[in-house]
Amino acid sequence: MKKVRIGLLYSRVRAEEKMLIQAIKQHGGVTLELLCTNDLVLDFGDLPDVDVVLDREISQSRALHVLNMLERSGVKAVNSYDTARIGGDKVLTSQQLAKAGVPTPRIKVAFSRKSALSAVEELGYPAILKPVDGSWGRLMAKIENRTAAEAILEHKSHLGSHYHSVFYIQEFVDKPDRDIRAFVIGGTTVAAAYRSADHWLTNAALGAKTYPCPITPELDALCTKACRAVGGDAIAVDLMETGNGLTVHEVNCAMEFKASMKAVQTDLPALLIEHCVRVGKEKESGGIHE
Amino acid sequence: MSNDRLGMLFSRIRVEEKLLIEAAHQRGVDLTLVDSRDIVFDLDSRFDFDVLLERDVSHAHALYALSLFENTGVQTINSYRVALTCGDKVATSKALRDAGVPTPDVKVAFTRESALAAIEEMGYPIVLKPVTGSWGRLLAKINDRDAAEAVLEHKDHLGSYYHKIFYIQEYLNKPGRDIRAFVIGDEVACAVYRSSDHWITNTSRGAQATNCPLTNEVRDVSLRAAQAVGGGVLAVDLIESDRGLLAHEVNYTVEFRNSIAPTGVDIPNRILDYALEVGRHAVA
Amino acid sequence: MTNCPECGGALELSAEVMAHEIIDCTACGAELEVTSIKPLTLALAPDEEEDWGE
Repeated sequence: MKKVRIGLLYSRVRAEEKMLIQAIKQHGGVTLELLCTNDLVLDFGDLPDVDVVLDREISQSRALHVLNMLERSGVKAVNSYDTARIGGDKVLTSQQLAKAGVPTPRIKVAFSRKSALSAVEELGYPAILKPVDGSWGRLMAKIENRTAAEAILEHKSHLGSHYHSVFYIQEFVDKPDRDIRAFVIGGTTVAAAYRSADHWLTNAALGAKTYPCPITPELDALCTKACRAVGGDAIAVDLMETGNGLTVHEVNCAMEFKASMKAVQTDLPALLIEHCVRVGKEKESGGIHE
Repeated sequence: MSNDRLGMLFSRIRVEEKLLIEAAHQRGVDLTLVDSRDIVFDLDSRFDFDVLLERDVSHAHALYALSLFENTGVQTINSYRVALTCGDKVATSKALRDAGVPTPDVKVAFTRESALAAIEEMGYPIVLKPVTGSWGRLLAKINDRDAAEAVLEHKDHLGSYYHKIFYIQEYLNKPGRDIRAFVIGDEVACAVYRSSDHWITNTSRGAQATNCPLTNEVRDVSLRAAQAVGGGVLAVDLIESDRGLLAHEVNYTVEFRNSIAPTGVDIPNRILDYALEVGRHAVA
Repeated sequence: MTNCPECGGALELSAEVMAHEIIDCTACGAELEVTSIKPLTLALAPDEEEDWGE
């Protein structure tokens, strides 16, 4: 039986990457090719020859460029260039979720400090300001009043990247000191964890505590719908509990799971590799047969 | 009587925007000006026009605005997908290569060390370009290893993560000029030579524009390049190399002020013709 | 066996350590990156870039 060749795209080897490499080694039907972007030189005429690329690249811009180029050689990526592009962009994510009928917080987008201030006032305080291309709770601001809005918007306008002048403002959702991270792999919600913190930001990167979250039919349906909305195969969906039910505020394509795995029993690395093998075999046989 | 309602997104009113506004006014076209510094979008925004001409100087704003306009059902010129492809040199190179359009050789690296290795493999001189960027800004012609090391180190310190995508292009000996072809829809409207003593031939850097005859080769390569990135109102940059014309870049918020006189083509009105046609098809 | 570039403390690395692996110094807590395997070299891990994340 022909082995599926998985290319692991990465630049930093974190606990997740070590676990995934371990899972690959334990799987009898896979060969591993390391695609380290620190060394990779891409040439359109000579692209890496693998069946599936598993994107574990910490830099979104590197990942996007590589995934885009690799599509040319017919390599299947988990997740694809379009999904990584949408998932990594808050505006695109909000649009796709809303279009698919997935409950998601209200947003406004503006391009100048003045119009951003109007937008914040329109949404009402408190409001959340997020970078369109951020992660890990980085540079997120909870704005309680006009004075804070003015100060934060002024500081943002002096930040280096041009994308800081795209102001993404989200309504504040009153959640019960926690949010939910759910993992969808190959069309099923395989695990979910609550992340709780005293702070309004509940990212594991910022020290939130994790504990198991039951996967109700409602949660599963919503998460798989969110995953389909962005075209993803293996997505970590972030949700909040509101007075009106669950709302999806973010999706993550190169999912981190070290913290969540302390709480859930599911072998996420093995499931992810198994999914990559399925994708590789489907590619072999020329497509998905449903 | 068709609807003919156009919107125009702008951030600054330059000569190009003035010409487009004048042309619309003369033709009695219902034109709504949208200042990107004032607009606030939400996911339910609605607009009183069917087609939007995007004329924002900021690539970041243009990109997001196009996505948000499209989300509300407005047809945009150019489309979000076109802006995304043209706004990134790697994406542009890929699109051109996918379509078999002749284009310079390129290598992409992500660290100084691997970029240096790639440069040495390609052989000097080479051209280092930022993946996003316009107007000849931050282009470097690298003639030797010392220059490579210095420029790569400086790029590493430029602060934004997109300066750490190293786009390395072969250097082509062009005859003191390059060609910019204006492709509007399925038609190559006109083309100019941009001549300069310097190897960078942007008119914003002082290059002179003169008429370039639309030979079969100019038409063919520029049309295919425009189609490769998705089509619309585009300016394709071509280099005359010893292996024929190569398309090296496609611009999606076209500047045309210096190209009207030398070519005798009324570019603003041709753009309006196209925008109105798009609008009529959209409504139909 | 090697030493932390920040505090000099002794660090025991597994035989399966990889280039670009991130480890924390058990003595001072500094975040370190294995910049090369042969020879085994450690450096302070680079600062978070603006486009890093999931």
